[in-house]
Amino acid sequence: MDDKLIFEKSSNSRIAYDFAEYEHKYALSDKYQRKEELLFPEVSELDVVRHFTNLSKKNFGVDEGFYPLGSCTMKYNPKINEELAGLRQFNNVHPLQDEKTVQGCLEIYYNTSKLLEEITGMAKFSFAPCAGAHGELTGLMVMKKYFEERGEFNRKKVIVPVSAHGTNPASAAVCGFEIAVCNCVSDGCVDVEMLKGMLDENVAGIMLTNPSTLGIFEKDILTISKLVHKNGSLMYYDGANLNAVLGYVKTIDMGFDIMHINLHKTFSTPHGGGGPGSGPVGVREDLVKYLPNPIVEKKNDKYHFVYSKKSIGKVSTFYGNFNVVIKAYAYILSLGKEHISDVSRLAVLNANYIKESLKDEYILPIDRHCKHEVVFDGIKDHKVSTLDIAKRLLDYGYHPPTIYFPLLFHETLMIEPTENESKETLDGFINVMKKIAHEDIEVLKTAPHTTIVRRLDDVKAARFPKVKYRDLL
Amino acid sequence: MQYKYFPHTEKDIKEMLSVIGVNTIDDLFSDIDDSLKEKDFNLPSSMDEISLRKHIFEIAKKNKELNIFRGAGSYNVYVPSIIKPILERQEFLTSYTPYQAEISQGTLQYIFEYQSYICELTGMDVSNASMYDGASASFESIMMACNHTRKKDVIIADTINPNYLEVIKTYSHFHGYNLKFAKSKDYILDTKDVLAKIDENVACVICQYPNFYGYLEDYDFVAKLKERKILFILIGAPSNYAYIKSPRELGADIACGDCQMMGINMSFGGPYIGYISCVNELLRKLPGRIVGLTEDVDGKRGFVLTLQAREQHIRREKATSNICSNESLMALNVCIYCACMGKKGMYEVSDIRFQNAHILHDELLKHGFKDVNKNEFFNEFVLEYKGDLNKISKQLEKQGYLSGLIIDKNKMLFCATEMNSIEDIKSFAKMFEMKEAL
Amino acid sequence: MSKILEGLLYSETHEWVKVEGNIATVGVSDYAQESLGSVVYVEGFQDADVAQGEECGAIESVKAASDIMAPVSGKVIEVNNEVLDNPELINNDPYANWILKIEMSDEAELNNLLDATKYQSICK
Repeated sequence: MDDKLIFEKSSNSRIAYDFAEYEHKYALSDKYQRKEELLFPEVSELDVVRHFTNLSKKNFGVDEGFYPLGSCTMKYNPKINEELAGLRQFNNVHPLQDEKTVQGCLEIYYNTSKLLEEITGMAKFSFAPCAGAHGELTGLMVMKKYFEERGEFNRKKVIVPVSAHGTNPASAAVCGFEIAVCNCVSDGCVDVEMLKGMLDENVAGIMLTNPSTLGIFEKDILTISKLVHKNGSLMYYDGANLNAVLGYVKTIDMGFDIMHINLHKTFSTPHGGGGPGSGPVGVREDLVKYLPNPIVEKKNDKYHFVYSKKSIGKVSTFYGNFNVVIKAYAYILSLGKEHISDVSRLAVLNANYIKESLKDEYILPIDRHCKHEVVFDGIKDHKVSTLDIAKRLLDYGYHPPTIYFPLLFHETLMIEPTENESKETLDGFINVMKKIAHEDIEVLKTAPHTTIVRRLDDVKAARFPKVKYRDLL
Repeated sequence: MQYKYFPHTEKDIKEMLSVIGVNTIDDLFSDIDDSLKEKDFNLPSSMDEISLRKHIFEIAKKNKELNIFRGAGSYNVYVPSIIKPILERQEFLTSYTPYQAEISQGTLQYIFEYQSYICELTGMDVSNASMYDGASASFESIMMACNHTRKKDVIIADTINPNYLEVIKTYSHFHGYNLKFAKSKDYILDTKDVLAKIDENVACVICQYPNFYGYLEDYDFVAKLKERKILFILIGAPSNYAYIKSPRELGADIACGDCQMMGINMSFGGPYIGYISCVNELLRKLPGRIVGLTEDVDGKRGFVLTLQAREQHIRREKATSNICSNESLMALNVCIYCACMGKKGMYEVSDIRFQNAHILHDELLKHGFKDVNKNEFFNEFVLEYKGDLNKISKQLEKQGYLSGLIIDKNKMLFCATEMNSIEDIKSFAKMFEMKEAL
Repeated sequence: MSKILEGLLYSETHEWVKVEGNIATVGVSDYAQESLGSVVYVEGFQDADVAQGEECGAIESVKAASDIMAPVSGKVIEVNNEVLDNPELINNDPYANWILKIEMSDEAELNNLLDATKYQSICK
């Protein structure tokens, strides 16, 4: 198979573009001109198309097979959403056009906020954040601003459970907070006793996802939110696991004050190899004034940008990843009130089915009903590592689950099947997982055997970084 | 429950429930307090595909497509026809972060190629796999510089994009950096003011090239910065650097900004793609993902995510940044664009932008505008007008034009790209002759 | 079982210290090396004034990264470039390959460090 970089396919004077003839009338002063030669490929248009088509064949996407990557919610990305987001009337508008000429864009923002408000109970959403971690950071800024406005400058600490995704403490640090880590009890839920001891006048808030990263619903959530609020602190909801309770529980009812949603998880916008995502932030009524500027409001059937003097300010160049929001909007309208709760119901059904079917072969540390994802602590007797199992799954044509996260166990294997997968698909996966459990250890340790490359040398890559074409010359 | 995205039949559900050992799906939610279970969601009824298409077409029609002479951070650029079909390939579109390298060589290789293009254009040693947008990339660059120098003061040119400035202010306020604004005169940075603001607490100086108003500035303070170990950050669009001096040639340590000009639709502001590239010494301070080349167990060439110990999933609160998801698909967009333009096209597209902007400039001078300074510009520039710009902007809009951005009551920031033909440019400039405008 | 050398002092954060006059030579213990796995990067803050327990460098493997904490207060007067260029030396022999040298400002701080026996008890 073709494994050249496009730079290695270059041949002098080939081109893959054309522009109309033009006159070179004006000249830039020599002192402003680039002097260094540009090492760019010279190829034909078909060369470019073939290069990327062949590259695509070295990837694995949701459209071709089961992708149970825990905590990433790799659900089906409906094609209609792509078609609608691709409309030229959306793509060809400048972000600094007058409001009157972009009523369509503003309506998408306004309507999508309305739908998310109904789904979560929050009072308003800002779409400025471009991804989940960006949403966390924005939400934490709102939290900090709230305390600044109240003159409570002592509230410098954010509590994060030990099981949290790494972005939680990292976002809190970028926002200038100190981080305090709260333990989990054996079922993965927050250690409420420990939390009680941590709550003092310096705590701004706590960041939680519910269900937790172990896929377990935080049974004491109402107790926790009462304690936190009684301490004068705020509750932040990380929407990473919203798919588990979509259309079942409203976030605000659990006592959360600020949240973000990953549209690329819960609302089916494609992950695009790692982005672009969208991480809208929603807040309760009295915090709306702190959201990033501007937000969209409706007056006399017209949509307007509204700027708040109390806003935290801006967090992205314009208004966030608009084109991604169109896809989420279309998805929610497709589901409608009839099907929205089926998302969580079927996602939870699928996860529990896998949990029950694999617990003889794999170590199940928490044997309770899980929500949208199930966590195993590796294979029985740990005869091989979780990495070996993941690599062997590649030979069978599956994308492996998330491995070694959350950090609570040594051999974590985190499976999130999503609502779109059929019983046949799950049975196929379950059978392969069972088969792997009985395979020859050597075969597992040297897997994968059938992929275009095999296990890669991470140590070499990090010790002698080669990160661009010129490094190979 | 029958619905196109859900494959479960009643029989499937029954069988699955019996394996699990419960009677109903609701039993799986029995750990949730009853008071939390919402009975009624006031959402619209499910929309079939035909109705949905119609509904969104109707909304889209409320937007007005204009003939664009405005830039200011978002540019009406040529998007080669081959980009969309490649971006829509499911292998790229529906995959996620390339954690499993063996089945993600497609993504990993294009990120490696993307890093190569960014380094080539900026002249830097390393680039990451992308950031959200130009504004957030600019702040993250400041964070790199402050971490590296262990200082907290930042000198920032007031000729950078005001939206970037707003974002930097927001982030800096919460993170705890002190911003010192270097003044400008006639839309050009006063470099003397930069020198005057330098002291032992300064981590970095950040400027934009060409600046927000399109002008090429002379950074005569660079030697002084090197002497005092203060880092120099340059914001800019990488595609311009095929034509004008690269950040490396200008003495920058970090180059950052937005790649939207490289074949990405304006899309009302996003998704775009931020980038950061830097000199080798700062490699470990670089945020986000980086792809490196290595070998597999059989000695075959392959790509992996590397230097991950800097990132939030390992370092948590001590990470270089909180970024996780980035703008990967947009990096692919940039790659296809760069491959398509190639060595010659990258120069040519910039030259066309430069020529068209200068034609526009000269045409506008014939129709009542005058210069605000004598500096050289790239594809944006500011002119002063004697009439009411607000009024004429509205009239032009009715004629289907998006004129320049009003940046002061009688000053307008114009932009031309390869999308404006010479005929367009001439008829646009003529519009300012309208009697009503004066 | 990781190796612990007699005659060296150790910190609870797994640095070892060898004292000669007022110079403290600092490295990481075998236990630290084992828990990190293949070391890919080592850094020392040349010329930095550091306080006991404060960061004075960093060490990184493929799967982890950690700060090197100054076992004593003082000034970092030398960094071992051979180790910086060949980080695998730390895996080969963490005791033969020191990372940095600190000119101590308060030798009494050495009393806060552990001897081999005491260090043994925390490496479990």
